[in-house]
This record gives sequence, structure tokens and C-alpha cells, in this order.
Amino acid sequence: MRASVASFGLLTYIAASCVLAFVFPQSVLAFLLVEASLLLLCYVPAPLKIKVYLAALVLLVLIPFLGTFNGYYLEVAIQIGIYVALALGLNIVVGFVGLLNLGFVAFYAIGAYLWAIFGSPQANAFIPGGFFPLSANWFFLFLMFSIAAGALTGTLLGLPVLRLRGDYLAIVTLGFAEVVRAVINNLDKPINITNGPKGIAPIAKPPLFFKPWLEFFGLEVAESTLYPLYFYFLVLLLVLLIILVTRRLEDSRLGRAWKAIREDELAAAAMGVPVVRMKLFAFAVGASFASAVGVLFAAKQVFINPESFTFMESIGVLAMVILGGMGSIPGAILGATGVTILNLQLLKGLSLWLNGLRQSGAELTLPLLGSYSLSQLPAQFEPAKYERMVFGLILILMMIFRPQGVLPPRRDQRR
Amino acid sequence: MLLDGLVLGFMYALIALGYTMVYGVLEFINFAHSEIFVLGAFVGVEVLFLLQEAGHLAVLHPAFVLSLVIAAGMLISGLAAMALERVAYRPLQGSPRLVALISAIGASFFLQDALRLFESLWRNTFYLNYPSLDVLDQLLPLATNLAVPVKSLMVIVTALLSLAGLHYFVNRTRIGTAIRAVAQDPETASLMGIPVNRVIALTFFVGGAMGGLAGVLFGLHYSLVNPYSGFAPGIKAFTAAVLGGIGNIPGAMLGGMVLGLLEAFAASYLSLLTDGAFGAEYKDVFAFLVLIMILIFRPRGLLGETVREGRA
Repeated sequence: MRASVASFGLLTYIAASCVLAFVFPQSVLAFLLVEASLLLLCYVPAPLKIKVYLAALVLLVLIPFLGTFNGYYLEVAIQIGIYVALALGLNIVVGFVGLLNLGFVAFYAIGAYLWAIFGSPQANAFIPGGFFPLSANWFFLFLMFSIAAGALTGTLLGLPVLRLRGDYLAIVTLGFAEVVRAVINNLDKPINITNGPKGIAPIAKPPLFFKPWLEFFGLEVAESTLYPLYFYFLVLLLVLLIILVTRRLEDSRLGRAWKAIREDELAAAAMGVPVVRMKLFAFAVGASFASAVGVLFAAKQVFINPESFTFMESIGVLAMVILGGMGSIPGAILGATGVTILNLQLLKGLSLWLNGLRQSGAELTLPLLGSYSLSQLPAQFEPAKYERMVFGLILILMMIFRPQGVLPPRRDQRR
Repeated sequence: MLLDGLVLGFMYALIALGYTMVYGVLEFINFAHSEIFVLGAFVGVEVLFLLQEAGHLAVLHPAFVLSLVIAAGMLISGLAAMALERVAYRPLQGSPRLVALISAIGASFFLQDALRLFESLWRNTFYLNYPSLDVLDQLLPLATNLAVPVKSLMVIVTALLSLAGLHYFVNRTRIGTAIRAVAQDPETASLMGIPVNRVIALTFFVGGAMGGLAGVLFGLHYSLVNPYSGFAPGIKAFTAAVLGGIGNIPGAMLGGMVLGLLEAFAASYLSLLTDGAFGAEYKDVFAFLVLIMILIFRPRGLLGETVREGRA
């Protein structure tokens, strides 16, 4: 009885929020309500089957549907997907094994540049013959390559540094990421490989292999609406794959070894866990996720430059993992979604609102303080540019008040 | 170029002191120290602006102006470091080291944007230029064909004085002895009647003041500051601290000098050595490589004592 009421309530909520988002296509709040329905899904006492159906309804039908009418929604959804995937990758290293990796963005950059260089005319600069850009069909092959490349660089970085103690490891990974960024930034000479700070464009998009089928069914969709949808589903697929792999890993021999290392490295070593090798695996797996996401990111952005891979990105992903709860898969997803929404929607919304106020030039009259013309608000004050403050606050507050995160891993229940 | 190296070296040494002192007492990397450094630079520029707006800048004796700016920068940075410890680190005492490190990173990011917010609201820009002081731009002829910019000389002299002062303070005074005692063993120190928390706060103040001094000198020397300009010097100073042996005060000074000189030489010779393939733009990479190499091959640093095996 209770369950059916809950399911019905959920359905009503989802329907209502979608209607709202559809009627007010510019409203940030309406889309937030749609996104919140997924969160609600986790907590409402309804049968698992119904929850899965409802989640599928929201993810596979409603969001793409809303997205075709308002491309911005889809863009937000894609960004969230990318960060969820990154957070899940970092969660393996930070959450499962307890190694603080501050240079996670380096692997993301490596993946992105891998496809960017070969999927654009850029590679012609150092490989003669004019083979490039590679045709879009190579995209999926490069997705595979990137997983290998990520695993390889992860291992290469891990080999020397994993013997270091926790905080030194953090600084060295940070240094590694900065080195990678500096190299990308400067490798436009002597041979032009990365085109330096100018970045690379245009990068090939993934192939529309399904277009004939769509035409077969008589659907004529313009490429400009098709591509965002396509990316949305690609990201969704990638996230689902990563969740699947992570869950399987978590309960495997490897996952248990990781957690043993996190809890007590000495004890784990004494019990015969090959500590360094297990840490290397974690580095490699996390790095390969990030690298694969990087390929997708490059293809989506069409243009990338080293600015997309700064230290701030690493910290942003770290903040997501920590907000959600280290070592918890739902936590990483929630954290990534929350922080991305905060950055992309709430802060931007606030900025727009302030800009509106500034232009309206209204007078704000406060008791005791006198009146203040809103047009005098300094133009530099834009909440959307204060991501660092948000990340910083998240990190400090979480560490002081709730170090285990919002959704900590349920490890006691399983024993 | 040797001079550039020396200037850089002294600055790194001053910042490295903050890292090394805090590490000595609390065994954790005060990641937000680079923001304390930047704060010093901003305090310096604000004081100069205030003097300029009040019309005193041209009238007062430059030596007085400089000492005022330096004192203000040191005081405010020191207080900020104390506040930081109170808010972001003390609640975390006794928790794993990584927790404190993450909090410190958070504090670093928060302070960067807090500074930016303040300057945006106050001056409507956060890239600030130091007002020029004529004295600093002059050249001081030392020999017939050797002239030294006054500002480099000022950096070197100030840094030397404060390093000597710090050395005296830590090694010869009662409070300095208390700091060293807490660094060696906080529990025993507290049994001996040393107020450990107060000593920790004081350590943050001294380290922060040194960082603030470095910030003011940085601003006076390079004249352009923004809230994000602390990251690279911060990391390099940390490298210097590790290079000298973290927790070791003379080590930090030595490490700073070595790193500053190395960087200046790398910046000018790297492109010669590699036929122009790798130029000065790799000097940051160079510092990081030094850091990685030391951590891997000699984590104790040049003057390192054996590091206590702490709880990881």
C-alpha cells in the first residue's frame, strides 16, 4: 500500500516537474526539479523494479525530450555525466585505496589530447602524408586506445611515486599534473604536437553510424539536434559502464585488497596483500576511466586547449568525491551531480540575476543603511566565477563536520 | 642572473620557512600558506595605495614607507595564518593527516577567491599594480661595470635580516625553545607545562609573518599581483622546504637558495643547452622535477634528520 502510494507520488512529481520544465524552458529551477526526481528515486520506499523503470523513464526519455527543446538542459546533463564519470574514477584511487591523487586531471588531459591530435588536422604537423584528421569511425577505437593509454600513464606515474607517504604522494601527483599541463602548453616547438596554448580545433565528432537506420524509419533529424542527444547517450552509456565496472571491482578480490590497504597498509601487507601492485592497479583503473572520459570530452568540445585541464579541475573532482563520501559509488554520483549543478546552474543563474539587477539600476533601500543603487554593484562581482570558493568551502566544511561524506559507503551492513 | 637567482632564492626561503615550521610542529603540509603569502602582497599594495590616496607617498621618507608596508604585511599575514589554524586546522587535530591536508587545500582555494571577492568589491579589479617607488627603480653602482638594482638589494638585505632574526628567535629565546619542544614531542611538551595550542598558534603566526614578508617583497620586486599568483611560488617554496629537509629551519633557507639559483640558471641556460628546443618556459617543470626526484631518492632532504615515522 505504502509502496504504491510512493510510486504514484513519484510519478506525479516527475510528470509535474517535466511539465514545469517544458512550460518554462528558461527556468533553471524547473530543470533542477527534474534532476531532483532522480535523487528522490533513491530514497522513496518503492519496489526496486518500479524505481528502475522510473529512472529509465527520466534518463532515457524525459531528459532527452526536454533537451531537444532546450539544448542547454542537455548540455548540463552531459557535463554532469562527464563529471560523474571522473568522480567515479577518482573515487577508486581516493576512496577505495585512500591515496590522495591531486593530479587526476592529467589523465583526463591525456585522453582528450589523444583524440584531439589524431582526430584533427593537428597530427599532420608531425606525421607526414596528410592522413589526418582520421575519419570519425576511428573514434571508438581511440576510446579503447585511451583506456590503454590511461592505464599505461597511470602505471608509469605510480611506479616511482607509490612508495611515498600519503601527503608527499599528493604533492607529487599535483606536480605531475602541472608537468603534463606545462608540456602540453609548450609542445608546439620544436615539433608542433599539441599546438601549445592556442589549443586544437576542429576535433572530429563520433560517427553517426545509426543515421541510415533513422532514415529508414523516416526520421529526419538535423545534425545540430542529433549530436547533443548522441553525446548525451554516449556519456550515459559510459557512466553506466563505469558504474558496472566499479561495482564489480569493489566486491572483487582487488576491491577488498584496496580497502584493506586503505584501512591499514601495514596489516594488509602482513596479510599477504601485494600493496604496491594493488595500488598500481588502482592508479591504472582510475586513470583509464579519466582518459576515456577525456576522449569523449574532446569530441564534444570540438576545441580544447590546456586551460581546460588546470589544477582547479582536479580539486573540483576531489570536492565531488569528498562531498558524496569517499569510497561510495552513489556518493560520487551525487557529489558530482550536486557540484556540477551548483556551478553550472545555480551560480550562473545568480550571476544572470545580479546582472539583471545591475542593468535595471533599481535602488535598494535598506533600513538603517540607507539606499544603494544597484547599478553600482561592481562588475567584477560575478558568482559564476567563484568556483574555487565553492570547492574550498566544500572541502573545509566536509572535513570538519562530516569527513565521511553525505552518502558514506555502507560497509558495516555487509558484514 | 646570479642576482635574479639570489632574489628568487631568498623569497623561496622565506616562504619555505612557513611550510617547514608548520610541518615541524603539526606534521602536515599547510597548503594554504601560498595564499598567506599572496595576502601579504595584497596588504602591501593596499597600504601603498592608501598612502598614495592620502598624498603621503611622495612626502614620507621611502625607508619609512617600506618598513611600514613590510610591518603591515607581516602582521596581517601572521594574524591570517593564526585565524586559519583556528578555523580550518585545530578542529581536525588528531584526525588522519590526509584530512588536514584536504582541509588545507580547501582553505587555499577559499582564500584565493575570498581575496578576489574583496578586491573586486573594493577596487573593482583584482589584478593590482604596485605604485612605483622611485628609489627602488634606481641602480646602485657597486663597481665600475657592475650595477645592482636597489630593489634586488632591498629584497636580499631584508630577507637576510629576518632570517637571522628568526634564527635567533627560534634558537635563543624561551618561546623559540617551546616551539622546538613542541616540534619534537607535543605530548611531552604539554606535560612540561608548555601550552601546546598557543605555541602552535604562535608558530603559525611566525610562519605566516615570514610568508607575508615574502609577499610584500614579491610585490615590490615584480610589482604585479593577483589572487592566484601564489600557487607557483608556493609549490616551489614547498619544494625548497623538502629539498632542505622538511621541518628543518636552516634546511629551508638552504633549500630556497639552491632552488632559486637552479631556477634562474635553468631559465637562462636551458635553451642554450638544448639548442633552443626547450626554453625558459620549462623552468616550472624543472622545479617540479626536482621535487619529484628528491621525494623519491632522498625524502629526508639535504640537511634532513630522519623523519619520524608518523601515523599515516
